Amino acid sequence: MGTPQIVFLLYGLQWTIILALVAFAGGTVTGLIVALLRTSESRAVSRVTAGYIALFQGTPLLMQLFVVYYALALAGLRLEAWQAVAIGFTLHASAYLGEIWRGSIEAVPRGQVEAAKALSLGYFWRMKDVVLPQAIRISLPATIGFLVQLIKGTSLAAIVGFTELARAGSIISNTTYKPLMAYGVVGIMYFLICWPLSIWGTRLERKFAVATR
Amino acid sequence: MSYTFDFTPVINGFPTLLLGCIGTLWLALSGMTLAIVIGIGGVVLRDSHIKPLRWLVIAFVELIRNTPFLVQIYFIFFALPFMGIRLNPTPTAIIALGVNGGAYAIEIIRGGVQSINKGQLEAGRALGLRKGQVFRLIVLKPALRAIFPSLASQFILLTLTTSIASAVAAYELTSVAKLIENESFRSFEVYGTITIMYLVMSWMMMNFLNFMSRRYLSYPVK
Repeated sequence: MGTPQIVFLLYGLQWTIILALVAFAGGTVTGLIVALLRTSESRAVSRVTAGYIALFQGTPLLMQLFVVYYALALAGLRLEAWQAVAIGFTLHASAYLGEIWRGSIEAVPRGQVEAAKALSLGYFWRMKDVVLPQAIRISLPATIGFLVQLIKGTSLAAIVGFTELARAGSIISNTTYKPLMAYGVVGIMYFLICWPLSIWGTRLERKFAVATR
Repeated sequence: MSYTFDFTPVINGFPTLLLGCIGTLWLALSGMTLAIVIGIGGVVLRDSHIKPLRWLVIAFVELIRNTPFLVQIYFIFFALPFMGIRLNPTPTAIIALGVNGGAYAIEIIRGGVQSINKGQLEAGRALGLRKGQVFRLIVLKPALRAIFPSLASQFILLTLTTSIASAVAAYELTSVAKLIENESFRSFEVYGTITIMYLVMSWMMMNFLNFMSRRYLSYPVK
C-alpha cells in the first residue's frame, strides 16, 4: 500500500468526519426538540414523540438510511447522495439524542422545576436557565457515547454507495488485493478517532459518579 | 407526485421475506449465544492473575468497541482467508456478531460481577467452594440479574445489527429484500415493509428476553 492509497483513505476519512459532524449538529438541534416534546406536559405530544423514538430504536440504522433515501427521491427532492444520507443520520441521531436527553431532563431534581415555577419563570426561561444547564451536564457521558456510535454508524453510508472511509477501504482492498492491510488501516483510523472520545466519555462518567455520590 | 405505489413484488415475495426473518432471528440468537460465551469467558480472563491476559482482554474490548461493525465483518470475511481461515457468509456473520456483542457483553457483565458484595465471595470460599464454583454458583446469576436491562438493550441492538450482515450476503432479511428489490426496482415498498418487519422482530426479541429473565433469573419461590 503506497501513498496514493493512503491519500484515498484520508479522502474517505474526511467524508466520514463531515458526515458525522453534520449528523451530530443536525441531531443536536432536532434531538433537543424531540427531548422537549417527549418531556412535554401534554400526554398526546409525549406519546407521539415516544412512538417516534421507538420507531428509530426498533429498526436497523441501515433500513432507516434506505427508507429515507428512497422516500426523499419519491418526494421529488433532487439531493446528492451525501445530503440524503446526512438527512437519514440526522433523523437517527434526533431519536437517540432525544431519548438520552429526555432521561437527563427527568434526572434534574423535581424541586428545581417547582422552584422555577414558584418564581413564575415561563417554560422557555425555566428550561433555558434552570433545567437544561443541569441536564446537559448529566447527559454529557451518554452523548459522547452516542457520538462514537454515530461515527461508527456513518460506515453504513458505504452500503448505500457513498464513498467514505469504509467504502474507500473496500475500493483499496479490491484494487490492491490486500484486504488485510486495507481493512486493518481503515480499522485503525476509526479507532484513532473513536478511542479518545470513548476515554473522554468514561472519564466524565466517573467524575460525575463521584460528584453525585 | 406522480409515483404510484406497487406492493405486488412485496406480496409475491412475502414467503421469501418471512424466511429471511427466520434467517435474521437465527443470526441474532446464535450471535447472542456466542456473545454471552465470549462475555463470560472475557470477564474471567479480565480478572485473572496473569497480566498479559488481562491486557489482551482490555485491548480486545477497546478495539471492537471503537471500530465499526461493517469493518469488522469485512475484515473477517475478506482478510481472514488470506490467513488461511475461509468461512461462508452466514458463519462469518455469526462470528462477527458474537465477537462484537461479546466485547460489549464483557464490559456489561463485568459491571454486574463487581456489583456483587465481597462478603458473598468470602462466604463461598469459607464454605470450601473452589473459585470456579464461587463464580458459577454464587456470582453469575445475581450478576446477570443486575445487568439484565443493559444486556437486553445490547441484544436488541445486536438483532438490528444483523442487517449489516447483508454486506457479505449472509442469509437474513435485508439480503433477501435486496434480491426482491433488484428484480422489481420497488425500493421504497420493499425496504419500507421490511423496516416494519424489523420493528416487529425487535419487539418479539424484547418479549423473549423478558420471558427468559423471568424464567431463569427470577428468585426461586420455593
